[in-house]
Amino acid sequence: MQFTRRDALIIGAGATTVALFPMQAFAAASDDEIMAFTGGADVTEGGIVLTAPEIAENGNTVPVAVSAPGAVSIILIATGNPNPKVAKFTFGPLAGSQDASTRIRLAGTQELIAVAQMADGTFARDSSIVKVTIGGCGG
Amino acid sequence: MIKPNLQRVASIVTVAALTLSLNAAVAGDMIINGEISLVHETEAPAHLENISTIYSGWNYRAKETQALQLDDFDNPGFLFVDQAIDQWEVVEGEAGKSCAACHTGGVEEFAGLRAVLPRYDEEAGGIQSMEDYINECRTDRMQADAWKWSESKMTAMTALIGLQSRGMPVNVAIDGDAAEAWELGKEIYYQPVGQLDMACASCHEDNYNTYIRADFLSQGQTNGFPAYRLKNAKLNSIHARFKGCMKNIRATPYKEGSDEFRALELYVASRGNGLSVEGTSVRN
Amino acid sequence: MAIGVKPRVKVPKTASAGDVITIKTLISHKMESGQRKDSDGNRIPQSIINTFSCDFNGQNVITVSLSGAISTNPYFQFKAIVPESGDFVFTWNDDDGSVYTETKTISVG
Repeated sequence: MQFTRRDALIIGAGATTVALFPMQAFAAASDDEIMAFTGGADVTEGGIVLTAPEIAENGNTVPVAVSAPGAVSIILIATGNPNPKVAKFTFGPLAGSQDASTRIRLAGTQELIAVAQMADGTFARDSSIVKVTIGGCGG
Repeated sequence: MIKPNLQRVASIVTVAALTLSLNAAVAGDMIINGEISLVHETEAPAHLENISTIYSGWNYRAKETQALQLDDFDNPGFLFVDQAIDQWEVVEGEAGKSCAACHTGGVEEFAGLRAVLPRYDEEAGGIQSMEDYINECRTDRMQADAWKWSESKMTAMTALIGLQSRGMPVNVAIDGDAAEAWELGKEIYYQPVGQLDMACASCHEDNYNTYIRADFLSQGQTNGFPAYRLKNAKLNSIHARFKGCMKNIRATPYKEGSDEFRALELYVASRGNGLSVEGTSVRN
Repeated sequence: MAIGVKPRVKVPKTASAGDVITIKTLISHKMESGQRKDSDGNRIPQSIINTFSCDFNGQNVITVSLSGAISTNPYFQFKAIVPESGDFVFTWNDDDGSVYTETKTISVG
């Protein structure tokens, strides 16, 4: 069979898909973290907003924000990082709102997940795929 | 700028290439702390033959990165400015002086200096960069050790002094006594070097506003230095950046603090004459 | 004590009782994640700020538990209710046992 350019493109695409989404390898660890937080309870969508850039210029410093009115605490999970746990925010009685911003490190393009524990004991989640650019002559 | 379909196909096989929709050098207003308006786009100085509009490196960054520079608190470079403010009061050297001991008017005395450096210095008999002036003070007047060109204390101090000129237009002299070094700098800028046989101009004049892999090429202006780079989470000096660029094209870099880099720094600064001094910028 | 660790906090100086204010905090810290390797290939051990908290007149505003995925020079922005005049106390705990604090007074009235 002739190895055509089209074949090369298809093979390349397959290899690239894995490289672009390394989170497959860390999916189990992320689930564990979320399970540890929720104790296995249902997690619904809505009630929490995760703000993250669509494209992170540099994986070293990615600005993100979480907001969940009425939450007791929020965890942030980076499914594609070697250690998915990023942070846990616990709001005290003098919190002006249940939101917080910070800057995080992302090892590569991946899905970021935020899970909130609400005051009534329920859990809510939001997620965002952040593309992390690599390469070029940034030096 | 979204490239046409051909680019899409190519991007599937290129790991790092993603369809980025950053708009080439078209950025909103650059207003710091809601008060200080900086010029980040303006007519190119007369001596630039091949460029008609000059842009600050700020224009080329993602909007989240741009936002980091618009507030002095959010700007991580200011952690280092704070350190320099502390350093200003520290007594060092045999003469038993701190910066404050002689510069009784405070660092504010240096308003306007960053905008005109590097420059020909009569006494020194050659081009002086800001780092040279700082070290001259340290060795001659404080009788303390010189700082390394790009060490943390040095970049922090150049950031603090540079901040005093924030908002002023870059205005380095290229004629008279400075002419010789300026011509040398220009020659270096256009001279292809290294394994990749590239000159500064190859990227920063011939290909700004386009991508090299996933990097969005700027005009290579220096009005924002020292730059806090997200990449290494610290302040970077101009010569350190020159060195990095030369390494990237697989050339043997000149040394930080060398005459070649001073000449190049003068020439590159002059390509930005008219842009505002940014104090300490935030870049990739 | 890790070298060169310096907090930096932005809190308004005055407010009215019951106001919600925005607080920004930064601390200069390398945040060695434990993922990097040295030139011999040995893993560099983790050494980070692991907890940050903000309290006002003895009551908690927010507590953050950090991992090595928080960027160098950890930055947090959050909101606080200001019931009365008093002191905001910010505390950062380092893996090496050091504790860094910063206090900002706000007056209400």
